[in-house]
Amino acid sequence: MAVNTEKNSYTVIFAVLMVIVVGSLLAFVASGLKPMIDENERFEKQQNILYAMGVNENEGDGDVSFVPTTQVEDEFSQYITQQLVLEGTEAVEKDNAYLINVEKALAKAKSGEKAELPLLIGEKDGEKFYIIPMYGKGLWDAIWGYMSVGENMEIKGVYFDHRGETPGLGANIKQRFFMDDFKGESIMDDNSYVGVEVAKGNNDPLNNDKEDNQVDALAGATITGNGVTAMIKESLKLYKPYLQTIRSN
Amino acid sequence: MALLSKKDANLIKDPLADNNPITIQVLGICSALAITAELKASVVMAISVLFVLGVGNVVISLIRNIIPAKIRIIVQLVVVASLVIIVDQVLKAFAYELSKTLSVFVGLIITNCIIMGRFEAFALGNGPWKSFLDGIGNALGYGVILVIVGFFRELLGSGTLFGMKVLGDPVSKTGLYSIGYENNGFMIIPPAALIVVGIIIWVQRSKNRALIEEA
Repeated sequence: MAVNTEKNSYTVIFAVLMVIVVGSLLAFVASGLKPMIDENERFEKQQNILYAMGVNENEGDGDVSFVPTTQVEDEFSQYITQQLVLEGTEAVEKDNAYLINVEKALAKAKSGEKAELPLLIGEKDGEKFYIIPMYGKGLWDAIWGYMSVGENMEIKGVYFDHRGETPGLGANIKQRFFMDDFKGESIMDDNSYVGVEVAKGNNDPLNNDKEDNQVDALAGATITGNGVTAMIKESLKLYKPYLQTIRSN
Repeated sequence: MALLSKKDANLIKDPLADNNPITIQVLGICSALAITAELKASVVMAISVLFVLGVGNVVISLIRNIIPAKIRIIVQLVVVASLVIIVDQVLKAFAYELSKTLSVFVGLIITNCIIMGRFEAFALGNGPWKSFLDGIGNALGYGVILVIVGFFRELLGSGTLFGMKVLGDPVSKTGLYSIGYENNGFMIIPPAALIVVGIIIWVQRSKNRALIEEA
């Protein structure tokens, strides 16, 4: 072939064509797959929320096991009885509140702007679960999750996830052995909403002490652990006005 | 091997041992440090790189005669990045669970020096079939080291393999732990990978003295 690949004009034309071809290819793939990806993300949210209220397929001490995607929609509508958005102590029902972008809502509320904070109420075996979404940052990137508390402000379950924590270290926040430790801890210390601290060296690796507002930290993941502590605190600060109304009832 | 000529077979065999990308060419060290704390992550990374390097080498080789020399690195980057993004999107749509495990590696694959290195050193000057074999060979060579490092780091650091407690339970003190064995926390932090890779390099060179560079 007699193309002179050294010429500037050729280089420019090649670059332009490459950008157009690759750009449209990626756009085509992305928009073609978007409905399926959205659906998967919605199922994932439902699975995470149900997990936090203890609706899952966990067996023994093994791995995290969610309600299968094929059933999650049914179970979600069965267990989640109310979907609310909060503005201060006001709670209004809103369809599909669980799809609200938690990151944006929390950031807005934190800066004092008007924001719709999602809160879900679930019911299982006659007990009420108040499910609070959380969002914060770990060592490398975002971490988030859900925490369900009962009327006595005791944690009934949590779910954590992360975008890019170190495998084997910080990434273990989404493992059973870490998340299960939160069950039974109270988010109250006397009358203040202190949350639960991920604490190093609290000499309680089996987490038998449920009164200390502490769970045992992950070795080698100090910053991720501190991120979890801060994330719980931040969310509680914003949800406190509403939680107080439940507590006094 | 009747399937491949001797020369072609060497394209796959060489990177596995005497021209290994990690231990001999010292490429791809960054991801070898970052993700080998667990065996599962090592295997997933090895498979991802196998795919991207195999396909990427072929693509680059096919367009090698029309790539303008001045922007060839950018073209290579575009090829890797698009491949990785397409794989990521397809996985998100059809294998969501798997894509969540993989998402950490997407960035690491794009910046993996082995990929750029093979595009630049091999695919730009060779035909598609040879480039494909070279890509597979190098990815396997990379993967082998990753799995070895991941094996030792997970075993010694966490006492598990693929998340299974093979040495007993450290909390309730069963198995090896009942006689006073402890996990070595140092193994799960990245510098431990350097030491393991160093030992592999040492063993490899002491077995094959031809590999030792002149000081």
